[in-house]
Amino acid sequence: MSDFLRSYLTVAIFGLVGFALVGAFLGLGRLLRPDKPNLAKTEAYESGVDPTGDMWSQSNIRYYIFALLFVMFDVEAVFIFPWAARLEAYEIFGLIEMAIFIFILLLGLLYAWRKGVLKWV
Amino acid sequence: MIDATILLGELAYWQQTSLRVVGGLAAVLLIAGTLVYLHLFKLVSFMQSRLGPMEAGPFGSLQLLAEVGKFLQKEDLVPRKADRFVFLAAPFVVLVSTFLLVVVVPWGPDAWFVDSDIGIYLAMAVSSVSVIGILMAGWGSASKYSLLGGLRATGQLIAYELPLILAVIGVVIQAGTMNMQLIVTAQADGAIFGWDGIGNPYILTQGVGFLLFMIAMQAELTQTPFDMPIAESELVTGYMTEYSGMRFLLFFIGEFATAGVFSAIAAVLFLGGWYVPGIDSDDNILNVIGPLVMLTKVVGLTFLVFWFRFTFPRFREDQLQKLAWKVLIPVALANIVATGILKVAF
Repeated sequence: MSDFLRSYLTVAIFGLVGFALVGAFLGLGRLLRPDKPNLAKTEAYESGVDPTGDMWSQSNIRYYIFALLFVMFDVEAVFIFPWAARLEAYEIFGLIEMAIFIFILLLGLLYAWRKGVLKWV
Repeated sequence: MIDATILLGELAYWQQTSLRVVGGLAAVLLIAGTLVYLHLFKLVSFMQSRLGPMEAGPFGSLQLLAEVGKFLQKEDLVPRKADRFVFLAAPFVVLVSTFLLVVVVPWGPDAWFVDSDIGIYLAMAVSSVSVIGILMAGWGSASKYSLLGGLRATGQLIAYELPLILAVIGVVIQAGTMNMQLIVTAQADGAIFGWDGIGNPYILTQGVGFLLFMIAMQAELTQTPFDMPIAESELVTGYMTEYSGMRFLLFFIGEFATAGVFSAIAAVLFLGGWYVPGIDSDDNILNVIGPLVMLTKVVGLTFLVFWFRFTFPRFREDQLQKLAWKVLIPVALANIVATGILKVAF
């Protein structure tokens, strides 16, 4: 196996170890802790009074706009990273290209700003 | 002095990896423990003119073990109406994402877990995974507090992830690489106006990036003043409300371990990592000193995080989003362009 693939194998092993560690903590707890659930204990917490209504209550849609904006900028970051690592080779050409790219995205942010979607209402 | 390169080179892959896994466990758990004791128990106590835990062990240093023992014995309650699988899986996702985050951090010339060419990129990608864990916790609990906390956390984490990533890009431009190890050596080999006494820690040239990174880090860790998702006076403990006993402790460990790992990443990117001025950057002694230097920097940076946490009042949700989208992101973009221009010009 090449070193390149092996480094990803190491990452995967670390993930598995993290998984096993959480499992070990919970498993150890299982040996020690009491387990006597009753109706009152398994009730959802609502400041001590009986919970009312649907627990998955409706919430505001405003988070959705921010998620959309996030996707826009996250994709931008994906493109900028390789460019940033190789800027030395691209020099002035790469700089102008990326300035245009960032400018277009900035226009997107400005548009959202003007439209008022960045305002929390 | 044992030559670590030769020693490691002789070992088979599984032996090397076993050593690295032990190192990784130590890096996550020991640092999380250190931070809880040093900052959460003692620092905050001194700030509030009290002693903090003093009974368990000298100066209360064994308090942590006592706490873990207590949490291990607590009953593990799952709400009746909860989405059971999602509820139980959430702590796994949060803690595993921390473990995947620590793999990229180098602690010495040969003391690394993964020497990947896309190191910092991998870290930024993996750091988003914990958002899913938190959303799972908020949704799976089937509690109104949890759901609100989970949604707030998601909105906050994705908003502050952008300044975090964009602040890193300035460093990547300057170092010309995404490899964490090479970022450290680039700082070690650097010079301040021709003077190479201490190399060139990027905090000097990327001061704006460092500020952005620390602010965004504070928000990513949901520490006060960015603790709207937890907001104990209105949401009890946000997405963690329904978790009890060991599962709660896992979230808690995850929070502090992530604080340590993010600080370690900041130390590598901006403070020169494991490099010590005056010692050749591939000297073997750095494999011993390096981790200690890193630990010092981590404790220093987390001190800042907890100092702010215990000093400032909480941001309102709209102020919080406004700061991210209208201040930090434009500043971060300007920082990228400015760094790029200076890089090409010089």
